[in-house]
Parts: sequence; C-alpha cells; structure tokens
Amino acid sequence: MAGKVKWVTDIEKSVLINNFEKRGWVQVTENEDWNFYWMSVQTIRNVFSVETGYRLSDDQIVNHFPNHYELTRKDLMVKNIKRYRKELEKEGSPLAEKDENGKYLYLFVSQSNKEAYVISLYINNPLLIGGRKFDLRLYVLVSTYRPLRCYMYKLGFCRFCTVKYTPSTSELDNMFVHLTNVAIQKHGDDYNHIHGGKWTVSNLRLYLESTRGKEVTSKLFDEIHWIIVQSLKAVAPVMNNDKHCFECYGYDIIIDDKLKPWLIEVNASPSLTSSTANDRILKYNLINDTLNIAVPNGEIPDCKWNKSPPKEVLGNYEILYDEELAQGDGADRELRSRQGQSQGPRAGRSRDSGRAVLTTWK
Amino acid sequence: MLQEESDLSLIIAQIVQKLKGSNLYSQLERQAWGSWEKRILKSLNSMCTELSIPLARKRPVGEQKELLNKWNEMGTDEPDLSLFRPVYAPKDFLEVLINLRNPNYENGDSLSFRTHLGLIQVPLKVKDIPELKECFVELGLNTGQLGIDDSTQVPPELFENEHVRIGQKVLAEQDSAAAQQYIRQGSPTALRAELWALILNISSEPEDVLYYEQLKTNVIQHDLLVDSLIYKDVKLTASNDDYYFVFEDYLYQVLLCFSRDTSVLSHFAYNSASPPKSYIRGKLGLEEYAVFYPPNGVIPFHGFSMYVAPLCFLYHEPSKLYQIFREMYVRFFFRLHSISSHPSGIVSLCLLFETLLQTYLPQLFYHLREIGAQPLRISFKWMVRAFSGYLATDQLLLLWDRILGYNSLEILAVLAAAVFAFRAVNLMEVTSLAAAEAVLADLSTLKVMPLLQIFLFATVT
Repeated sequence: MAGKVKWVTDIEKSVLINNFEKRGWVQVTENEDWNFYWMSVQTIRNVFSVETGYRLSDDQIVNHFPNHYELTRKDLMVKNIKRYRKELEKEGSPLAEKDENGKYLYLFVSQSNKEAYVISLYINNPLLIGGRKFDLRLYVLVSTYRPLRCYMYKLGFCRFCTVKYTPSTSELDNMFVHLTNVAIQKHGDDYNHIHGGKWTVSNLRLYLESTRGKEVTSKLFDEIHWIIVQSLKAVAPVMNNDKHCFECYGYDIIIDDKLKPWLIEVNASPSLTSSTANDRILKYNLINDTLNIAVPNGEIPDCKWNKSPPKEVLGNYEILYDEELAQGDGADRELRSRQGQSQGPRAGRSRDSGRAVLTTWK
Repeated sequence: MLQEESDLSLIIAQIVQKLKGSNLYSQLERQAWGSWEKRILKSLNSMCTELSIPLARKRPVGEQKELLNKWNEMGTDEPDLSLFRPVYAPKDFLEVLINLRNPNYENGDSLSFRTHLGLIQVPLKVKDIPELKECFVELGLNTGQLGIDDSTQVPPELFENEHVRIGQKVLAEQDSAAAQQYIRQGSPTALRAELWALILNISSEPEDVLYYEQLKTNVIQHDLLVDSLIYKDVKLTASNDDYYFVFEDYLYQVLLCFSRDTSVLSHFAYNSASPPKSYIRGKLGLEEYAVFYPPNGVIPFHGFSMYVAPLCFLYHEPSKLYQIFREMYVRFFFRLHSISSHPSGIVSLCLLFETLLQTYLPQLFYHLREIGAQPLRISFKWMVRAFSGYLATDQLLLLWDRILGYNSLEILAVLAAAVFAFRAVNLMEVTSLAAAEAVLADLSTLKVMPLLQIFLFATVT
C-alpha cells in the first residue's frame, strides 16, 4: 500500500512540479494509473463530462470541482447569490438585510474589442494608496462544499496599477489604469521586476491601521472574509461535491474609499506564473500548503477520508469557515480579524470580549 | 560614487593635514566637516559643469504649467538621469570618518582607547551595557513592550489592551511629555501617527499648509540641479523597495519642497556643520554673492529618500507628511550624516557599535577583523539610514518609536550590535568580507524588540 503518489499535470509550472518532486512523487501520463492530477479547467470539463464516462477511483484526487463555473463564471455566481439571498429572506434571516456587499461586479468595456463583460456597477471611488489603484488577490482552498470547509491563505497580496488613477472617462480606455491584473501590468512601461507592483496584505493592514484606525480596518477584513464565505455558501447547494475534488481559488477583491470591499471575480485557475522572486516563493509555498491539506502526509490518497487535516499541516492557511464545527458546538468558528500585529487575520485567540460581533455566519 | 580616486585621497590627506596640531573637538569638527563639505560641493559643481546644467534656474512658464499638472504623479516622468550620480554614498562618508583623528592623544581617558581595534579612531565617550540598561530601562524584561508582548501567543489582557487605553488617554490630554514617555514601550499602530505628531509638536495649522504650498510654488517656479539628484535617488532606492514603491510620488513632493525650505537652515545652529555655500555665476569668493545651496543647506546623498519613505505609512496628507519629516530631520536624521561629537552623532554611534562588539563579543569581533571584515563596514549603512529599507516596516516603526521616546539615536548602534550577536554563529564561519555581507544581507525577518531586549538585558556581561 505504501507506493509513491503518481502525479500528472497539464500545467507546466515549476512551482507545481518542484512541489511534486520534493515529495518524491512519480510523474506519469494521464493514460496510466495516476493518483493526483493537477489539471487545467479545460481538462476537468472532459474528465467529468457525460460522454467520456470517466470514473475516478478512490485513490484519485483532482484539483477542481466539476462545476466550479457556478462560482467562477460571473453570470452564474450572480444567479446563485440572488437565489441564496432570496432563501435567506424567506427564512427571515437578518443576513438578507445585509447590503449588496460583494454582490456587484466590475465592468470594463474594452475599447479595442468591444466585448462587454457581465454587468453592472463600476466602482469609481476605489481606495487609492499613494494615489494608485490596486486590487487584492486572496487564495481560498475549498476541500468540501457539503459540509463547507474552506481555508484562507494568509499571504495574499495587493496588485498596484503602475499608472496614476484618474476617474475621467477618457482614461477608461487606458487598460493599465483600470485593470490591475499583473499579466496586463507587466507590459506597462513602469513595471518593476523587483516588487512587481505588489504589496503583501500585511502591508495593507499596517497602512490602513496607521492611517484609518484599527476598528475600520478590522471591519474591512471581516467583511472580506464574509464576502468569500457567502459566495461559497451560495454555490454550495448546486456544487457537485465530488469527494475526489478540492479547489484552490483566486479571489479578486477591490476596496472602495469607504473601506468597503467588493468582489470582482473568482478564479478557478489562479496564475502560477511568477513575476518576481518573492512571487515565486509565495506561489511555491501556496502549492506546498495546499498539497499538505489536500493530500495528507503526501501519501496515496483515499478520497473517503474525512477531509479534516490536523492544525499542524495548515502552514500559511487558516480555517476560514468550517460548517461542521460551526454547527456542532453552536459557536462561531469562522475567521475573525484580531488586534495585535498587522500580519493579517489569524484564528486562535478568541476576541469576543467586548467587541461588537459583526455577523453570525451560520 | 566618486570619479577620481586620487581626488579622494588628496582631500583626505588635506583633512588629516589640517587636523594635525589642532587642539579642540570643535575645531576638529569644523575642519573635518569643512573639508568634507568642500569635497561634496566640488563634486556637485563638476557635475554641473560636465552636464552644462546650472545649479539653479527659473523654469519657463510652459514648463511650470506642466509640472503643476503632473505634481501628483512625478513618478511617471522619465527624465534622463543616466548622467547624474549621487553626490556621495554612505561608504564615502565612512572613509572620511575613519580618517578622523584626535591629535590630543595624551588625554587620560583615552588610555583604554589605545586598545580599540575598530575603524573609528576618535576617543569619544560612549556608554557601556550597564549604562545602556539604565538609559533604556523601559526595554527591560519586566516591562511590557509592543513588538514583543502583543504577539499572537500573548493574551491581550496581559498588556496590550491596557497599553492601548493609556495611549488613547495620552492623546486625549495632548500631553507631549507623557507621549514621549509612553512611546518607549512602543506605539499601537492606530495611534502612532498622532503620537508622533504630538511628540514632535506638529499640529497642522492653516499657516503650515500655506507654508507647504509656498514651497510647492517655489518648486514649480525654479528648477534645481539637486532635484535631479533627488529623482535619481528615489528611482534607485524607494522605487525598488517592496514596501515603499507605492509612495514614490509622495517622496518627490516632500523632498523637492524640502530642498527649498530655508527654515531648515536653522538646525545648523546646533549642528556643528555649516550649510554649503555657492556663488552667483562670475562672483566666486565674493561673500555678498554667496547663497546657500541648496536653499535648505542639505545635499542629499544616496539613500536620503529612505528617511521619508516609512513616514508614508503614517501620513497621507502631503503637508502633514512634510512637516513630520522636516521635524524628524532637524531633530534626528541630520546627525546621521554630519560630523560631530554629539552622543547621537554618527561618529559616536559608530564608536558605540564597535565598542559594544569588541567588549561583549570579542571573539566575533576579532574573527571578523582577521578576515578583513571590519564590522562597521557592514553596519554603517544601516545606521546612516536609521535602518530604513533594511527592516520590515512594522519593525522599523517600532524602532523609530524608541528613537522618539528616548530622544536619542543610540538605539541604532545597539540594534546593529544586537544583529551581529544574533547572527554570530554564522558569522564565525565566514572567511571573507563578502561572505559576512551575505550573512547580514537580509534583515527583513528580524524582530527588533526581542533582539534589543536580549542583547541589553539577557546577555551575560
């Protein structure tokens, strides 16, 4: 039984391959017996499509849920969230009263190809730092949707535009100002290969606490976590919660100047390309920690396991929401911002003494 | 940084020559600084001549309009800076300090100084660890600290909550002295901006904002050669920094105004240096045609913008940011690049660092000396920059809290020694200066307060 994990991938990235090799896993092709397949979103479509009649065995794990697009396609996510909110309203849950937090999406119409993305509200008052616009990239790992168990990676980052932000409409055509994705920024003239225009989330936190205060900063981070959990809860009922699957999402979030977060989109296949040395280290560690959770002990997996890894293997992940725990003992087990060092939120110390509890996320 | 190596040795020789036979520290300071200043100005003037750019000129109206429009995004400008060189870098300055000599060798208390094996050869009085412990008593093991007692493992009820509460009270009462005492134990992030302003006596009155706007107008109307040096410095240092690149534009706004701020000249009254002078074209040597150049009397060196950069994490309103920086400069930072005998002056800090190392880590010190890696050669740049750009920002701010709290820069020398102590094991294994530099290249993971605490209070002396 103690064979080596056999892996396949169709994404040739060193941060992946180095992680497989360091575990002593064996590379195979997809036609052979494999245990672990890190696949692109195209491949997952084939694996689970009705025509191919693929059947995964108990010792096989893949890195996508079959219908992740319920979350990662904006039109479907909107649909799911609307449905979810209606359900909450019916239940009379106070959450339904909650504002359109994170429910509106970001529109950009490209001058060049006139393709309209879905919807709706254009945030014209983004929070600027140093006069620059930025967005947040956060990584969230979901090991199961029912019960929902998800983890937030502590080391997210901010991506800054290299060009100054101005809200005038003529600037709307300037791709470098408005789209903060690194892949596009990289081709701007001012792109820097040392820092890549990126800040850690802990820098953001330090800056906001220093200039805006602790409470509003903690509230911001709590709301960010809330948005993420809500988006996952909204799609949980319709997700194919296949036990062979886990998924690591890239959440793109933008913050407005009232320190309110807005969800831009969710990526099922966040980029594993590295733009700087720091980036490479971050992504390498991200994959490492992801594999430690998804494939316990680096051994041949058994997809029937309870998907409850011990705390020690989490690495830079923290529990964002664990439905079982939340329902089990009636206490809030979700991630909370906490006072203390500006290194991003941490689970661990209970911080309920005297602080207004934001929401109950049941 | 310098063109002519021969120039350097000539000038140093001149400095040494001048110092022979003089009796007083102040004379030492004046002459040493005078020669250094001459050298810097010479460098500036020759750059001027080579590039055919005047030290100062009035901008044509069109250019003024353009600059005004671009005021908030000067970083996007890409002027050709390839021909500009920083006037000097910290290591050039170190060479000057190394060659300082006190001709009064018979002085009684310099007996022990004869065994000093470091680079600094001026026998100034520096504190030892028992004296430092007394001085920095609030950093002791039994006192709560931010930077130690606010970490995850420590319940906030033990120290942090109460400390925050006291901080809020100090702010509410606007008690500057109390704030200074309070901040010795570190400042909560949310209170830091206000606490520093309180300690530095900065309140943003309308006239302060007006003064800043006036400086800005000055920048718009006149172009100084020094401006290009500032641009170059920002592009070389802050723009490449993981933490500070975001604030590039603020740095231009602050530093360009700073170089035109003649109120900065008043700090020369307690600075043993004097501001460099230049002469209107064609009137060389005629005192009535002498002007201070740049107007604030401060010629920026390589890394100068890093004094401003960390402040951008605290203040996002330009005139406030400006005021805070200016006050920090005239109270503290100027001492890091002027020659003086002041206990917080860079000469004393260097000597303090070397003495601490030689006294309390003699094995390490001798080893490094043996392999041609005099420790000061590595730590000098940290101290000159007050560790900006070397530490993670949250750690740097905790360090600067203590500079304000103790009104002294000595903590920089102590930290430098503590860093060496921390990495002593690895340093004992190296066999070259380059290898020693490599061991000490990355300080970004260091936690300053535990390091300081252990070095001062938990090391066997």
